[in-house]
Amino acid sequence: MRELSLHILDIAQNSISAGASQIHIVVKASTRDNLLTIRVSDNGKGMSPEFVARVRDPFVTTRTVRKVGLGIPMLSATADLCGGGVKIESAVGNGTTIEATFELNNLDRPPVGEIVQTMITLIVANPDIAFTYEHSVDEKTFILNTDEIKAQIEDVPITEPSVIRWIREYMTEQISVAGNIT
Amino acid sequence: MKTLEDLKRIREQAQKAMQVRESDHSAKICVAMGTCGIASGARETMAAILDELEKRGITDVAVTQSGCKGLCEQEPTVDVCKSDQPTVTYGYVTPEKARQIIAQHIVNVNIAGEWVVATDKK
Repeated sequence: MRELSLHILDIAQNSISAGASQIHIVVKASTRDNLLTIRVSDNGKGMSPEFVARVRDPFVTTRTVRKVGLGIPMLSATADLCGGGVKIESAVGNGTTIEATFELNNLDRPPVGEIVQTMITLIVANPDIAFTYEHSVDEKTFILNTDEIKAQIEDVPITEPSVIRWIREYMTEQISVAGNIT
Repeated sequence: MKTLEDLKRIREQAQKAMQVRESDHSAKICVAMGTCGIASGARETMAAILDELEKRGITDVAVTQSGCKGLCEQEPTVDVCKSDQPTVTYGYVTPEKARQIIAQHIVNVNIAGEWVVATDKK
């Protein structure tokens, strides 16, 4: 994957497949700790401890159409390469949290990339899922919550082009106020 | 700077537009977003689809995503399903092809045959 935001799209797809109705995405940079954290939490069906133990193995997947699952193994390999790692917390019936960490200034760390496009893709394609996106750079934080947007637009669907355009512009502005993470 | 307050105005305008619009979706476009699809550029394909629909003012097409369906080597793949017609799966859908598929299949109801990798009788 060329961008960490593509990994986020990929991991969030796992949450969608797990039947999540709420997905919380965090991108957090700490210059003091030289740390970039990416976290995807969901309230999907969760995984058993046995499955969590095997999920970094590329030859483990729940899908039936192919025998390899590369999403978590690729994220894990990239995080390991960048002086970080991937932590997985999950319980059956209680959802899953995947957290990947990277040294912020590591030369091998892929750029965060087009995170706004990742969020737009998720929101448009899954209008019934409640998404929150939390973006922090040191002390500054921006949070987007699709439930707040839905409360404002009432019966207008969140997929309406004018609403989507607003979300794109709003996120781009707010992220640059909090601080872009390259 | 944009604020949540803007959404009220957007809502009022959208509600007016919705009154004169057919409510049912006439077609569904589904972009495969498994690891294979995403790594092959599915997000950019999706962005092109949304942009093209907006530019053409097409509002009765639902755009969704799915996981991997086993056509990894032909990603990005896009399913187009017009109501009461079989689902057509297009392969190697670059953003440029996605725009042409909207012009041909959605607007002109003419399947872009050379890019079809599978069809499904429903």
